[in-house]
Amino acid sequence: MKWIALIAVTLTGSLLLFGVGDFPEWGDPHSPANQGPKLKSGEQVSKAVSQDFLTETYEVTKVPNVVTAVLADYRGYDTMFETVVVFAAGLAIFAILRVFGDGSDTPPMRAVEDDTFVEGDHSRIIIGTTCKLLIPIIQLFALYVIAHGHYSPGGGFQGGVIMGASFILLAIARDLKSALDWFSEKNFMTLASVGILIYAGLGVLCQFFERNFLDYGALKVFMISSDHPEQMARSYSMLGVEIGVAFTVTAIMFAIYANLSSRGELKEGL
Amino acid sequence: MLEFIQDNIQPYFNYWVYVILMMIGLWATIAKNNLIKKLIGMSIFQTAIILFYVSVGVKGEGSKIPIVNPYTEAKSAEVVGADQHGEHGAKGGGEKYIVEPDNYANPLPHVLMLTAIVVGVATLGVALAVVQMLFKEFGTLEEDEILAQIKNADSASPDV
Repeated sequence: MKWIALIAVTLTGSLLLFGVGDFPEWGDPHSPANQGPKLKSGEQVSKAVSQDFLTETYEVTKVPNVVTAVLADYRGYDTMFETVVVFAAGLAIFAILRVFGDGSDTPPMRAVEDDTFVEGDHSRIIIGTTCKLLIPIIQLFALYVIAHGHYSPGGGFQGGVIMGASFILLAIARDLKSALDWFSEKNFMTLASVGILIYAGLGVLCQFFERNFLDYGALKVFMISSDHPEQMARSYSMLGVEIGVAFTVTAIMFAIYANLSSRGELKEGL
Repeated sequence: MLEFIQDNIQPYFNYWVYVILMMIGLWATIAKNNLIKKLIGMSIFQTAIILFYVSVGVKGEGSKIPIVNPYTEAKSAEVVGADQHGEHGAKGGGEKYIVEPDNYANPLPHVLMLTAIVVGVATLGVALAVVQMLFKEFGTLEEDEILAQIKNADSASPDV
């Protein structure tokens, strides 16, 4: 078995390295990926779509962060279904792991005292105080990353993961129960669904104004006092979509941790 | 030897790194017996692909992150708006920014990998859940032991 694996790996690796010589050099601004496909003679066949993204995005959407604009607007379908994949992963973990009942049929993971947070336990005090100070800052930063996703690096996925990590930090530092008091199972599964609903709902809302699904320019009727109604409609719709993505990602990240760490019982955790 | 490195490895450094990472991941996925180690290999494989995509979008030393700063970009003399967004009339007017694409990194690979990373985390979570159920069922994470147990169960009850 090991020999077959060795042969397969070296064969794949050597074939890939054999092809490396035909790639453009690292950091070449004129590579096909950056400027579009070329003939062997060096003649440009067509312009790369990323060129257009860079030159046109600010004009048509008023969003400086091209990555967010491409993610939420140009590739809106793709991102919507990526979010659905994250949601489906959360549902799959729920279906695989979640067990209901008092859990008497499975042995406990470790000897648990009744009260895991003991007064006077110094290591617990240090960790608890640090988390008390850090978690609000982490959550504030997550909200900043979500809300400024179209002006600075960030967006729904990144901010959602940071937000989910803050709840996971609470679950690790104290115990899963206190994290679930903040963010119960009912709440996070609802939040995950609401995130998808916001995203798809914005898409359907565009259809009411006789445009395509997720064609945010249709929402310009809401931009009454703006100088650039269509552009600003796209800009704000991107923010809405990012918020929906952030809801789903936050909830599913915490759901994955909570289910994995407690073997689906959502009781004691690690 | 030095010349070979300078001519064949240095300009293609990113591709060499991704191929080597990919080989490590593939080796772990195929040859390792422990399911968790297989998952680690799968993650390394995925990281190699992400590294490949992101490194393709690099445009040399002059390029910045793909966030267009409208205040530092030159403006063209022509006024767009009245013809392009006719229905808004004078309200839609304004100067067009000229963005030089070579000054910014390629945004497309970044977009593709951004979603790939998060979906990778989610799928890894599902894989870990399946592994956890397997451990609950068989009491081991070694692939050959699980296969032996399944074989024993099959021979014990052939009608299944």
